[in-house]
Amino acid sequence: MKRFDYMRPLSVADAVSAYKPGAAYLGGGTNLLDLMKIGVMQPETLIDLGRIAELEAIEMLPDGGARIGALVKNSDLAYDRAFAAAFPMVAEAILAGASGQLRNAATVGGNLMQKTRCTYFQDPHSPCNRREPGTGCAAREGDNANLAVLGWSDACIATNPSDMCVPLAALGAVIEVQGPAGKRDIPIANFHFLPGDQPENETALQPGELVVAIRLPAEAAAFARNARYLKVRERTSFAFALVSVAAALQIEGGRITEARLALGAVAAKPWRVTAAEELLAGQAPTAEAFARAADALLQGARPSGENGYKIELARRAIVRALQMSAAGTPKRMPALPASSFAEEVSHV
Amino acid sequence: MSETVTMPMRFGSNSGQSVTRRDGIAKVTGRATYAADNHPDGMLYAVYVPATIARGRVTHLDTAAAEAHPGVVEVFTPKNRPPVVGDPDKKPFMFAIPIEVLQDDTVRYAMQPIALVVGETLEAATEGARLLNPQYEIEPARTGFDAEPARRAASGPFGRPAEVVHGDTEAGLSRAKQTLDVTYDTPAQYHNAMEPHAIVAKWDGDRLEIDTPNQAIVLSRGFYAYYFGIPAENILIRSPYLGGGFGSKAVPYSPLVLAIAAARKLDRPVKLAMTRAQMFGPVGHRGATRQRLRIGIDGDAQMTALDHVSTAIVDSFDSSFPEPAANASQGLYNASSLHSLMMIVHNDIGVPGAMRAPGEASGSAALECAIDEMAEKAGIDPLEFRLKNYADVEPGTGKPYSSKALRECYAEGAKRFGWAGRPIAPRQMVDDKGFLTGWGMGTALFGAPMFAAQARAILRPDGTGLVETAAADMGQGAWTALAQIAADSLGLPLDKVEFRSGSSDLPDGGVAGGSGHTATAGGALHAAGTDAIRRLGEIAAADPQSPLFGTGNQGFVARDGRLYAARDESRSEAYADIIARAGGQEIEGKGSAARPPEDAERHAMYSHGAVFAEVKIDPVLFQMRVTRLVGAFAAGRIINPKLAESQLMGGMIWGISFALHEEARFDKRTGRIMNTDLAGYHIPVNADVQRLEVITVHEDDPYVNPLGIKGVGEIGVTGTVGAIANAIWHATGRRVRRFPIRIEDLLLQQ
Repeated sequence: MKRFDYMRPLSVADAVSAYKPGAAYLGGGTNLLDLMKIGVMQPETLIDLGRIAELEAIEMLPDGGARIGALVKNSDLAYDRAFAAAFPMVAEAILAGASGQLRNAATVGGNLMQKTRCTYFQDPHSPCNRREPGTGCAAREGDNANLAVLGWSDACIATNPSDMCVPLAALGAVIEVQGPAGKRDIPIANFHFLPGDQPENETALQPGELVVAIRLPAEAAAFARNARYLKVRERTSFAFALVSVAAALQIEGGRITEARLALGAVAAKPWRVTAAEELLAGQAPTAEAFARAADALLQGARPSGENGYKIELARRAIVRALQMSAAGTPKRMPALPASSFAEEVSHV
Repeated sequence: MSETVTMPMRFGSNSGQSVTRRDGIAKVTGRATYAADNHPDGMLYAVYVPATIARGRVTHLDTAAAEAHPGVVEVFTPKNRPPVVGDPDKKPFMFAIPIEVLQDDTVRYAMQPIALVVGETLEAATEGARLLNPQYEIEPARTGFDAEPARRAASGPFGRPAEVVHGDTEAGLSRAKQTLDVTYDTPAQYHNAMEPHAIVAKWDGDRLEIDTPNQAIVLSRGFYAYYFGIPAENILIRSPYLGGGFGSKAVPYSPLVLAIAAARKLDRPVKLAMTRAQMFGPVGHRGATRQRLRIGIDGDAQMTALDHVSTAIVDSFDSSFPEPAANASQGLYNASSLHSLMMIVHNDIGVPGAMRAPGEASGSAALECAIDEMAEKAGIDPLEFRLKNYADVEPGTGKPYSSKALRECYAEGAKRFGWAGRPIAPRQMVDDKGFLTGWGMGTALFGAPMFAAQARAILRPDGTGLVETAAADMGQGAWTALAQIAADSLGLPLDKVEFRSGSSDLPDGGVAGGSGHTATAGGALHAAGTDAIRRLGEIAAADPQSPLFGTGNQGFVARDGRLYAARDESRSEAYADIIARAGGQEIEGKGSAARPPEDAERHAMYSHGAVFAEVKIDPVLFQMRVTRLVGAFAAGRIINPKLAESQLMGGMIWGISFALHEEARFDKRTGRIMNTDLAGYHIPVNADVQRLEVITVHEDDPYVNPLGIKGVGEIGVTGTVGAIANAIWHATGRRVRRFPIRIEDLLLQQ
């Protein structure tokens, strides 16, 4: 591993002022350290945020929203009873990701910042425009069975691997960041970038900016009774999604009054199309209505390689997730969160 | 019966008991030292640089940059390679492969060692290796079955013929009432034991000590002696614990030899621990196969022909290990004509090798699916079809089986599973939650070989025992099961016997492979213990002060530290008392075990089993789960039921892995594997393994070896893969003829 300097500031202000070009902020390390070991990322300086107490709180806000410090562990958020009751599909998505050990180490800020798992990005010996601009995209003609079918470009067909970000996108989360120029809010829809011709620009963060918190607006809690995350994958657990769906509904008198819908594992960012949600408003929660929403959400989908099956799979998963959501949020977290096999009930 | 065993087999009080793994606590508490846990004084760290192309030549290495990195001690390249005496391109012994120890700048597969960096720390050596930044002259990589026309293999692995013909399958097919002609693909799989290969090498003059996980330490000593030009006696290999082997730790591989060479050149101990990614190249793998199966049946659904041609992808420079998949069709079903043939296609990959159930795993996967397809065509329940074609003698050869309780396996497995009443047609069963439900089955088959081993048993003056053999515990439980056999042979309780193993200065325990280790090393231990007891009996019988004086003609029974006259148990004496009067010297017995060739000629020897699988499949999303597996196995005498059942379960879980998960994914342009970590190379997690049940069917085998042991290490993989694939067909009506079976395959077949 390349040698690097290591710092451990005690406040966000100190962390930001310690930043210089070539530095990287370190959260739980479950992604960044792996990438450093294999030479994909080579920061000169690691600024370890692990001792910044102000980033560790889960606050349920008086208006019904929530504010989650960037250093909150994935597990701690998912198992926070008040949070999981208000935003069950966020908890479900987190518990569908990685393994228990990784969730105990990984932070929510890090989850937001994680890199694509495109194998060509993770291999320093392959051309990759995202890792090394201008070198080309080895994935286009390579092993791309689980890469993007939406929002991709000739320069990059990577997907965002996060589960947590999918319901956050559906619920309109806001990312609080702080940097040399001060604090600002970024709506999650604007946080991750589609590749375009500059896939190396992955997020809206400016140099030196770091995520300090994720905010969920009060209206997002209104979906708590009908909100599910569905993750389709080859292995029952501990695998990245082929397709995932966050689906949340408000249903009154047998009619959907409002819907939220986002897709994961299909694009470089969680995929949300508000027009698809609007199609559901006023509709009865039927398979036909759900299929129309699925078509709208998948508008423009096309294979970037040998991955056309993901479009059909996504269409089916969207309908299923909406059906699961319409059936109601389970009282307890399923033992297999986000699974269509989730018949058993866990201890949570 | 082996001539070395002089006393009749005796069922002792230790064998047959479910003794808990004796090394378990040491392992779970971290006290068990694995190879990479060793840190001799002055040790350096070696990191090898893997080729990042599959074929070509290294044209430049930035050695200046690597050497300038702080902590880097030496950078070895073909220009200054550390000396290796034996020709690395030659194959000194059976199972040896040509190795790459920087003898030239050729790259013949990705992940091949092209340089070695040694540093004071692992970090320094790792960064030095990265800084070498190799440049290449790249040649187009040959990848996949279409790389060249398939050709006939010169021979199969393990000295087996490439082709076996019994009768005329073409004639059998033409006279058949119904025929089947199907092709199944299996992928390349890489062992990926939990513990990647590692070595700590330390030289003292021309004496070499190495700590490395190894399945055949005495055999391997000979390999290293060849590569370093020293007598085998000068080499000590310690391998007390292996974090899994699965066939990949039986012979030395390039990175291990390089580390030893570096230690010799630098005159300091050197450690090399392979990374997970480096496991995908120089240390063997299960080669990909494309298998064409043709079956013919007559009007009574009796097989008139079984023709199995397997094309295996092999490396470009050795080609010695075409995955012997077609062999799986020999020895099992009573077809009136049988033909198996191995073909090869060369790719730019590392040399394939033995991986748990080599040949049988891939071959059984295709064969058991084809049998299911044939049964479907015949309109017969697949279990009934198998019974109709049950072989009472080995098909082709006509040899009797040494024992074969396969009918009992079918019956007990089917009963336990609840097979009766299964609808013959597919897509008939839906559970109360709407999941498509399917039931499938497969027959499990694996040979019951024996190799050669020696052992020593000592009765100490205090009446306790010491037994020694250089066996290998890969996690299967040799430390426990072999000690049980040894204790019985000495007539002692387990806790009165010290068992030494896992070190090459002990008598050769043979290879832990081929599912023959317990039979082989156990046979030698049994013979050694028996020999020690015989000597003890001779002393007692000749000692006028012993109660056993003069009873030598009738023989003895050894039990719980006392020797009894065989026909008069009122006459007995404690071991310690016999030894004390004889002068207090310990008594040594020696034993060896091997199967006499005439025994192998007389009988066909196999373990058998029947595996039944239930799958549930989401009818819309096609996500699959194996919800139930029942395996019934007949594998001769079971020494330790708990360990044997764990072994069989492990094999069946590998079957799930083979059916649904495992696959090396090659980039077809570069020939490189793109999923070289366990995030991308999937094996089942706990949530993929639901109800799993193992039944062992009683089987007495008087011919296989004196202890009647057959072996359980590999058979669990066979049968299971086909059972799962057949259950998926039964649930969905869709045949997927490519492993692993994926959601995509079912989704797009609609």
